[in-house]
Amino acid sequence: MADPTTRANVIDDLWRILRTVPDPEIPVISIVDLGIVRDVIAGTNPVVVITPTYSGCPATEMIEQAVREALDTGGFRDARIRTDIHPPWTTDWISEEGRRKLREYGIAPPVEGGGGGRSLFTAAGLSIACPRCGSTETVRVSEFGSTPCKAHYRCQACAEPFDYFKCL
Amino acid sequence: MTGSIDIRAAGPRLEYVLRLADSPLVLGQRLGEWCGRGPALEEEMALVNFALDLVGQARMLLVYAAELEDADHSEDDLAFLRDSMDFRNLLLAELPNRDFAFTIARQCLFDLYQCGLYEGLQHSSDERLAQIAAKAAKESRYHLQHSAGWLVRLGDGTAESHQRAQAALDDIWRYTGEMFESDEVEQALVAEGIAPDPAALHEGWQSQVDAILREATLARPEDEWMASGGRQGNHTEHLGYMLAEMQFLQRAYPGASW
Repeated sequence: MADPTTRANVIDDLWRILRTVPDPEIPVISIVDLGIVRDVIAGTNPVVVITPTYSGCPATEMIEQAVREALDTGGFRDARIRTDIHPPWTTDWISEEGRRKLREYGIAPPVEGGGGGRSLFTAAGLSIACPRCGSTETVRVSEFGSTPCKAHYRCQACAEPFDYFKCL
Repeated sequence: MTGSIDIRAAGPRLEYVLRLADSPLVLGQRLGEWCGRGPALEEEMALVNFALDLVGQARMLLVYAAELEDADHSEDDLAFLRDSMDFRNLLLAELPNRDFAFTIARQCLFDLYQCGLYEGLQHSSDERLAQIAAKAAKESRYHLQHSAGWLVRLGDGTAESHQRAQAALDDIWRYTGEMFESDEVEQALVAEGIAPDPAALHEGWQSQVDAILREATLARPEDEWMASGGRQGNHTEHLGYMLAEMQFLQRAYPGASW
């Protein structure tokens, strides 16, 4: 059977493939950067563990399909996909790389460490930096934006509207 | 699966999971009716976002219910092929939206209830329910922030908004008693550590409601006669009309999928 080095390669290969799967709503960021891929488990049938973001996120099924396709084309037809909801996904799992890509795309990343707990109640009091000019003189236009994970903001300094990836 | 599903033979755990699932499912469908009719674009997005989350939560619970039922039904079968007497939602969830004040007053009272319920369920001895509750609790807290914020603004707003918010509260109040009722099903599950005790949830809910209403300058209605029966399958006439719309496609084209 496969020796430990081969097994390590399988895991690396799987992660590499998963890093090519974009989020359907924010295509500049991969599902790995978003923290949607929770684990990759080696074995005769490797298992990719994914997690939904918001319960009602319509992209959840698309993401699973995209993972399936990527695994199939990457030569891992025998890999299984498992969905775990516990512990619940939090925006704290978005990688540093993911946060940078969000900012470059024009979406303010969630305030660090703001996920979970009662912080949702105080989110309104946080200062959100404009992803275009960096100013923190911003105002919230709407708690709910174009997708369940985003709120809508406006920058007072550069006058541009932008999306904020809200903390969960 | 094409015929109607009846759940009369359901054991207490399945009954309970359907109760948990059906309120968010039915309220999610109701809130979806605001799509295209919201008072402002931002508010419409908020209400439809709530609807999405609620239907998502209901789905996680119905997937579990289908596993417990073990009758080869999917979560969609349970949503689209049960008739009104097999729905276990709170009556409050099925009431028509009426005006924005009514929608918000109901949402705020419901969100407060859901926050306490999910908080309690996170300690359930049923691991699956504990996991679903942990996920859903975060969303309910976000909903509450929005609905409570609006109730305060409506109550402490103009004479018109105050009057409408108070009227909404007075109308909805008689549907809140049902949230904290306990029957044999719940008592059995409370004893097993699966369900939080409804009476214990009531205290926390009341003090939070009082705090919000004080800020909103609204008066808490007296606890008088309370409507109930939703959890036993005895619904208002509104649920049937809602299901006729929600289930139309699966009824007219059995088994249709896309």
